[in-house]
Amino acid sequence: MIEVRHVSKVFTTMDIGTVTALAEVSLTINDNEFFTLLGPSGCGKTTLLRLIGGFETPSTGEIRIDGVDVAGLPPHKRRVNTVFQSYALFPHLTITQNIAFGLEMLKWSKADIDVRVKEMLSLVRLEGYGERNAAQLSGGQQQRVALARALAPRPSVLLLDEPLSALDLKLRKGMQVELKRLQRETGITFVLVTHDQEEALAMSDRIAVMSAGHVLQIGRPEDIYDDPNCCFVADFIGEANLIPGALLGRANVNIVTIRPERVTVGPGDAPAARIAGTVSEVTFIGPDTLYDIGLKDGTRMRARVRGDRGRFRAEEPVTVHWPDEAERELAS
Amino acid sequence: MNMKRTLFLILPAVLFISVFMLIPLMIALVYSFMTSDSYGGVTGPATFDAYIQLLYQQDFDGSLIFSTDYLFIILRSVVLAVATTVLCLAIGLPVAWHIVCQSASRRKFLLFLVTMPFWINTLIRTYCWVLILRDQGLINMTLRNLGAIVDPLPLLYNDGSILLGLVYTFVPFMVLPIYSTLERVDTRLIEAAHDLYAGRWQVFRRVIWPLAKPGVVAGAILIFAPALGSFLAPDLLGGGKKLLIGSLIQMQFTSSRNWAFGSALAVLVTATVILTLIVSSRRNKVGEVRI
Ligand SMILES: Nc1ncnc2c1ncn2[C@@H]1O[C@H](COP(=O)(O)OP(=O)(O)OP(=O)(O)O)[C@@H](O)[C@H]1O
Ligand SMILES: [Mg+2]
Repeated sequence: MIEVRHVSKVFTTMDIGTVTALAEVSLTINDNEFFTLLGPSGCGKTTLLRLIGGFETPSTGEIRIDGVDVAGLPPHKRRVNTVFQSYALFPHLTITQNIAFGLEMLKWSKADIDVRVKEMLSLVRLEGYGERNAAQLSGGQQQRVALARALAPRPSVLLLDEPLSALDLKLRKGMQVELKRLQRETGITFVLVTHDQEEALAMSDRIAVMSAGHVLQIGRPEDIYDDPNCCFVADFIGEANLIPGALLGRANVNIVTIRPERVTVGPGDAPAARIAGTVSEVTFIGPDTLYDIGLKDGTRMRARVRGDRGRFRAEEPVTVHWPDEAERELAS
Repeated sequence: MNMKRTLFLILPAVLFISVFMLIPLMIALVYSFMTSDSYGGVTGPATFDAYIQLLYQQDFDGSLIFSTDYLFIILRSVVLAVATTVLCLAIGLPVAWHIVCQSASRRKFLLFLVTMPFWINTLIRTYCWVLILRDQGLINMTLRNLGAIVDPLPLLYNDGSILLGLVYTFVPFMVLPIYSTLERVDTRLIEAAHDLYAGRWQVFRRVIWPLAKPGVVAGAILIFAPALGSFLAPDLLGGGKKLLIGSLIQMQFTSSRNWAFGSALAVLVTATVILTLIVSSRRNKVGEVRI
């Protein structure tokens, strides 16, 4: 279990002064969990990962791994391994030697190392590549070597910093499935950093959504998708309509959010409508039709209607509907 | 790149090396097989006398007796050159590593400091060490004024002072190539090694050292060759008491007027260096080194 308690990290640089990369972050990551840190670029994801790995020290707060405060514990004394964003494979060693590196440092016997390296090569499906150099592998293969190297010493936690970002879409989808399989098979806690919300939703047991050094919401993918606690989370995860409460006649509500797929569109004179508007754009994408609707104060709404076949055209006045349980009222 | 262009671009270098290196080397090679005349030139016919002189001394009656005098000088020179190289490495590697670890602006400043000695003439810099080390020099006077010593310490005119002078002269030649190889090393490799349970020493041994090695080899070559033939530090700081091969060669061309023997010695030094280069390039692929 990893407990992050009120951790802040302030960087002081000569040219820009101080940067608060993390502000009072608290979260708990359970054993055997696939936990994802999700947020836009620069929100402090890497910093948090590096704090857990021991490459940085918190400015304030404490981090406990399996109940032990790890302050002052250097990376090589933590049972935590990292898959670096750039892979950081040793260029002067072969793939086999790369994977064996951690095991040699832990003073495993030669025989045990041989067995383990073989096991890891087959786990990441790179049998027969052992004698090659890192430079002779494709990006996806290097990424799998980095994974094998980090998993070989049986760490209790694996940290992954955007491990898939350098891969093309197809390879990325494949690796997502493979990462998930590895996590299930090894039972190791995975902490993944990504700014790709789809990746986070697809792979994680739980997600922490971060913005500007703060953790905004932590929860299971479905909960975060269905129940965002602020506009940022609603907008960052999937697509969201953000409608000012005043527009719906609710003076004490700041924002109401609804997913586009929960919105239905009716003719302009339909009764019991939530609100009226004008279609500004219609996009037919096969199973669904996307409507871009302008409300009377200029707010834009998006509706994703199943099997609608383009019932309404641009410039047509329409009404917008959604069930009560589909909306969430947000304070900020 | 096409052939013509390649030729055109390397032509100046080829010309320069031919005129200022290969031709003099050839002249030395030819001279080494001739006989010195008493006016300081060389005459025919071709002999091996100069090389024989290396190992044998001519007795009064004209017979040759085996002598290790010159061999000993050569051996001492090689030992001193090796020691210089090793010490430069011991100093240069940590310095280069330290500089690599600094921020970009600090790096520039530190590199500037490393190259600063090049701004001042080597003769002057070496002579400064005489002023520092001699009996009335900076160190001895300071120690005496502090009451730490009565008689001055013999700091100058020994092997130690020669070594000091050589290391002092050559250490930048180790720092710079090592710096340039380490600069290109991804610092995340070091973090990765740390992450995989390597302590500081293991990180050095398993990651930094292998990656720094091309720079080390380049530095060693840059230092060993000139250190072997140098005569400035040995003359000024060694007092010329014990001969080294550089001074010996220099003597042959000046006071001794034995150009043939001087050439033979020069050829021998050059051959040693070239042989070392070939052996080390076989082992380390020096061709890949960029300085
Ligand atoms: N060593 C450092 N010195 C100064 N500022 C830093 C340092 N490392 C990170 N920062 C700053 O801290 C903030 C968070 O950086 P971090 O690398 O954690 O972001 P991130 O969420 O990983 O972003 P990305 O998705 O782009 O990788 C940024 O504003 C960054 O500029
Ligand atoms: Mg990052």
